[in-house]
Amino acid sequence: MIKAVIEYQFLQNALLTCIFASIVCGIIGVIILEKKLLMMSGGIAHTSYGGVGLGYLLGFEPIIGAFIFSICAALGIGFIKRKGGTHSDIVIALFWSLGMALGVLFIALMPGYPPNLSSYLFGNILTVTKADLYLIIVISIIVVGIIGMLYNSWKAYLFDEEFASIIGIKTAFLDYLLLILVAMTVVALIRSVGIILVLALLTAPAATASHFSNRFLNRIIYSIFIGAIYCIVGLWISYYLDIASGASIVIFATFCYFLIFLIKNILKMQNSY
Amino acid sequence: MKDKAIQIENLSVYYGETPALTGVCLDIGISEYLGIIGPNGGGKSTLLKAILGLVPISTGRIKIYDHGDKRKEVIGYVPQYTSFDKRFPITLLEVVMTARLRNGLSPFFRFVPKDMEMAYELIEKVGLKGLENRQISELSGGEFQKMLIARALTLKPRILLLDEPTANVDENARGQIYNLLAELNKDITIVLVTHDLFAVSSQVEKLACINGKLIYHGEPELSENIVNRLYGCPVDLIAHGVPHRVLRRH
Repeated sequence: MIKAVIEYQFLQNALLTCIFASIVCGIIGVIILEKKLLMMSGGIAHTSYGGVGLGYLLGFEPIIGAFIFSICAALGIGFIKRKGGTHSDIVIALFWSLGMALGVLFIALMPGYPPNLSSYLFGNILTVTKADLYLIIVISIIVVGIIGMLYNSWKAYLFDEEFASIIGIKTAFLDYLLLILVAMTVVALIRSVGIILVLALLTAPAATASHFSNRFLNRIIYSIFIGAIYCIVGLWISYYLDIASGASIVIFATFCYFLIFLIKNILKMQNSY
Repeated sequence: MKDKAIQIENLSVYYGETPALTGVCLDIGISEYLGIIGPNGGGKSTLLKAILGLVPISTGRIKIYDHGDKRKEVIGYVPQYTSFDKRFPITLLEVVMTARLRNGLSPFFRFVPKDMEMAYELIEKVGLKGLENRQISELSGGEFQKMLIARALTLKPRILLLDEPTANVDENARGQIYNLLAELNKDITIVLVTHDLFAVSSQVEKLACINGKLIYHGEPELSENIVNRLYGCPVDLIAHGVPHRVLRRH
């Protein structure tokens, strides 16, 4: 495969996408796992499908549509959650379904044959273009910059939002900012694993890293490396078996997570005897 | 009457249409040790949150010191133990240090050695020396509460609000926490929300009983009549060694 990577541009793009996707997944994954925002992230990801459909219908780049829809979903869900009055699960479920429904509607309204949307739904890292790659790199830089810049505030906010608010940290701002970062991460991941599978790539590396470290920063670093391994091995499997890359990455990541979970629990049981 | 640290006038707080507190008037003196008791859902925690400015006030007003200090500069807060995820990857020292973060959002903020020194000093003061780098998941209930007290003290408060600091704590640690609070009370006004009647009868200087409204405010001797009114049903008080209450079937 190394020879093929040197030879083919699309494999180089795929490899770089893996690396940058792992960076954003590693950082945002650990944060949303600790903040228990996984379902909210799923809601944001699925809402973006409406944007993909709109992009096809109106003739602009579908990833831009996904970006706009996911940002709107992030702000909408965040606003309703903060204002209270309704259970956040209800709002997430409605955004989730609405986004998918709008996507289906917009595609149905298109004249002629409908486009093949499987690369957006399930991802195809081998079709990532230079433009997609640049988008992922820009998003990675923004995510790393914002998290790194406010690292101590993030940690205080994640551990105890109420106390953070008392000492003057602008928790409402961090709430919205985090959801916007989640939306950007979703967009960065759509081309590699797709809308439907994005949740697994946000969860699996961070959850695996939680088995190896009790330190917040270490978890993020481990999560990035574990994510890179999942993505690159998944890509390698998909290349050799000629199967969908998104599916192979997610299946491999999930398999590894459960394997590590199992080994850890067996070791724990052995130690307790 | 001591000079006032907190003046609460005709305070009402509503969650949507539901009243949590109505018409509460309460003055807390400087260096006073006030205990607040009442049934679950009676508005004790809401009162603390109203003082902290964390919940919107429907009517009335709360004045912190006569010269109108900003809340953050004078109040330390120890929240309920149950509101935490103990699996969060953070050490005791890191938790205490969070209180040294500056106002607002400071990009690229890094703690200075003075912050670290202060944190170590307070960790020692609450009796947790040597546990600085321990993960919070490895702390006992008592150690966790003392850590939260150290974090609150990092703000150098003149008023300390504590929400059930002895819940999930063993007998020994409970005694240590009360001793610590008695020591702190030499310089700091303490408002202690508790279900622990032992604290009420032997620790605090004044007592407030709250069940949606202020039922009683005064000396910490509880009559059966006051407790019955507070809990809204007849209550037996039994004292054998450690006083506690038994609710009659109703």
